[in-house]
Amino acid sequence: MTVSANSTAEQKKFNIDTVEHAASTPDTPLPWAELGLKEDEYNRVVEILGRRPTAAELAMYSVMWSEHCSYKSSKVHLKQFGDKVTEKMKEHLLVGIGENAGVVDIGEGWAVTFKVESHNHPSFVEPYQGAATGVGGIVRDIISMGARPVAVMDPLRFGAIDHPDTARLVHGIVSGIGGYGNSLGLPNIGGEVVFDSVYQGNPLVNALAVGVMRHEDIRLANASGAGNKVVLFGARTGGDGIGGASVLASESFDDAKPSKRPAVQVGDPFAEKVLIECCLELFKASVVEGIQDLGAAGISCATSELASNGDGGMHVELTKVLLRDPSLTPGEILMSESQERMMAVVTPENVEAFEAIMDKWNVEYSWLGEVTDTGRLIIDWDGETIVDVDPRTVAHEGPVYNRPFHRPEWLDGVQADSFGEERPFGGEAVKNAVLELMASPNMCDKSWVTNQYDRYVQGNTALAMPDDAGVIRVDEETGLGVAISTDANGRYTYLNPYEGAKLALAESYRNVATSGARPMAVTDCLNFGSPEDPEVMWQFAEAVRGLADGCQELGVPVTGGNVSLYNQTGGVAIHPTPVVGVLGVFDDVARRTPSGWREDGQAIYLMGVTRDELDGSEFANLRGHLGGQPPKVDLQAEKLLGDLLINASRDGMIDAAHDLSEGGLAAALSEMALRFGVGARIGLDEVAERDGVDLFTLLFSESQARAVVSVARSEEVRFKDMCSARGFAHSRIGVVDTEIGALDFQGHFVLPLDELKEAHEGTLPKHFG
Amino acid sequence: MPRIVVDVMPKPEILDPQGKAIAGALPRLGLTGFSGVRQGKRFELTVDGDVTPEILEQARAAASTLLSNPVIEDVTRVEVISEA
Repeated sequence: MTVSANSTAEQKKFNIDTVEHAASTPDTPLPWAELGLKEDEYNRVVEILGRRPTAAELAMYSVMWSEHCSYKSSKVHLKQFGDKVTEKMKEHLLVGIGENAGVVDIGEGWAVTFKVESHNHPSFVEPYQGAATGVGGIVRDIISMGARPVAVMDPLRFGAIDHPDTARLVHGIVSGIGGYGNSLGLPNIGGEVVFDSVYQGNPLVNALAVGVMRHEDIRLANASGAGNKVVLFGARTGGDGIGGASVLASESFDDAKPSKRPAVQVGDPFAEKVLIECCLELFKASVVEGIQDLGAAGISCATSELASNGDGGMHVELTKVLLRDPSLTPGEILMSESQERMMAVVTPENVEAFEAIMDKWNVEYSWLGEVTDTGRLIIDWDGETIVDVDPRTVAHEGPVYNRPFHRPEWLDGVQADSFGEERPFGGEAVKNAVLELMASPNMCDKSWVTNQYDRYVQGNTALAMPDDAGVIRVDEETGLGVAISTDANGRYTYLNPYEGAKLALAESYRNVATSGARPMAVTDCLNFGSPEDPEVMWQFAEAVRGLADGCQELGVPVTGGNVSLYNQTGGVAIHPTPVVGVLGVFDDVARRTPSGWREDGQAIYLMGVTRDELDGSEFANLRGHLGGQPPKVDLQAEKLLGDLLINASRDGMIDAAHDLSEGGLAAALSEMALRFGVGARIGLDEVAERDGVDLFTLLFSESQARAVVSVARSEEVRFKDMCSARGFAHSRIGVVDTEIGALDFQGHFVLPLDELKEAHEGTLPKHFG
Repeated sequence: MPRIVVDVMPKPEILDPQGKAIAGALPRLGLTGFSGVRQGKRFELTVDGDVTPEILEQARAAASTLLSNPVIEDVTRVEVISEA
């Protein structure tokens, strides 16, 4: 492929604001406020540089110091994820927080990298492309660690299911995720779909990707070795998402002027697929020293991060960047968020080998400049210097805010308002409540969404939605594999941010353990409102503290993630929504535990204890109630339950397992039966008496650290002995029955599976069909 | 039977992956005279009877709300053609 530099005639039409020019015209007014910088931030830029910034420098600082890129409001709190990690927790961590994604050792020389990120704001503006490029962006993070991406997951949150704008977002976002992920040939193995009016103006589109590599293939984003060449490759640079990072993701929609709306980023999954293969070949041939994907803040981010993580200097010529739109100014080129681009550092002796690989894959590239040992990032435009900065001041030493926060006064009132609605009583009423629950937007069957995704492509998917966790085989010979689950409950976190974050972690951990995998590491996507609101900031601080404490107690480290702030419209913030992804490891995915029972006559056990905990529950949500305290979280019990489920799976004691979370026992039993269309006879009176709750509460309470398992008759004694030995409550609540085609709650009501299935599966097609 | 033709093009600053793919394929067929390709789409709305100003207005409304995505596309033409 030939590489033609952009013609000089085109370059000359700008009045280039050079460093020299900036120094001699200190009083030229600059549009720092329009670019999202605050006055004191702008003054700090002037102080750092000792002069006014050039237009290009201003562009760089404004995007890199935006909330989205600099984590300026969240940094002081996120520190806890590092501070609360013990040596023991780091044992399996090959790369920790701070790189593009964390890397976990899963044994046999294999490593996995995984990360979840948000693409909330772009997805509201243009749902299809916003969601598609969200998948593309997180996949490039995984590639830049040296890994082959093997699966994606998408936790989604939308406004009320019957709001007119919800259908636009659901259709666009779901087809965008499917369109991009399916084209890449990556299975989408799970996620969440939640509807709540708090997300009406701020849908949450989080995207998780997981990649696999051998230990020796790990690559880091740093530019070392003076004289090494810097190359930009992949798609050309256009006007996509200019200012997207600084403007869109860092300000609420209500104060964004239309003129600020950037050109939407359009994804090209086929270009990304080529980029994946091309990068993997580069790694295999060992021709790159450092590599960085281009996401938010584009070239500004890639050059400053590569330079400051390496020897600290880089000198590039910006006119070498291949453009799709020749009218772009230097500042726009630096800020452009065009997709499917990567930047790499290559030694001079590897240049030829690098070019050969690019040509083979038909990927365009251009050599921009080289690594230096000057400690400066210098960017020229046609030979004239337009950026001369210390890269660390751009990438890492941005502003840090200790934003004020305080506990909201309204919280006492909310927490005192416990669920007091009349509870359904008697068989018929409880049966109707189960049907209502299973047909509700949050508990209904999500096949309408997940059927639009490829779940089994590549042939390594061992479990996918609707099972508790997605499971992917890593090594075909040994069966070594990983399980991942993502969870969050915005209502719990609204009621109590500290406990709510722990609850999200507990559920995700429990889901992974339920599938039979041992939880190893955590990634998180923290979706909150405006950090400038002290009450939102308090929610954030509390949630981070809760998550960090929870990770420490469970012994699973946070390896990376993302913070999305300013998720609010018209001054009203979303529920604090910390999405927690837990990754677990299987020695052999063949022993995974599916979530539905199949074998006639197997005993059904309920593990754990049920308390009267309906506050914040799905049932309370159905009655429009949100108050009280969320269910009590007990991480020691979660750990014990996890150990039991993993051991039971390893020793072949259980054939099916499902965790209890939203919707409680009612949802778990319904889903286990519907998974393979097999019914059961259920007797709950004994366990209701043991726990001191009525039938309705037993079925609808969302007490934590519980699971339902089915156990083969021959294994029952062993299973019971194991639970007793560890002192974990367990109770036989029924028997699998392949004949009755119903859930027979003996002595109370019979729920035919046909009726349940119709209620469960009808909801999404009715609204979006 | 008159028809109303609506042409929709991706906005100039927006990436057009389909056009890009076609631009990449042309030289492989030996057709080397083109420096770029943008792919849009054309709709034909058939009308029974005459195209009144109201109907044309409806076509414009359809073009800007349903037939195009105003965030990433422009309507470049809404025009009546009368040949059969």
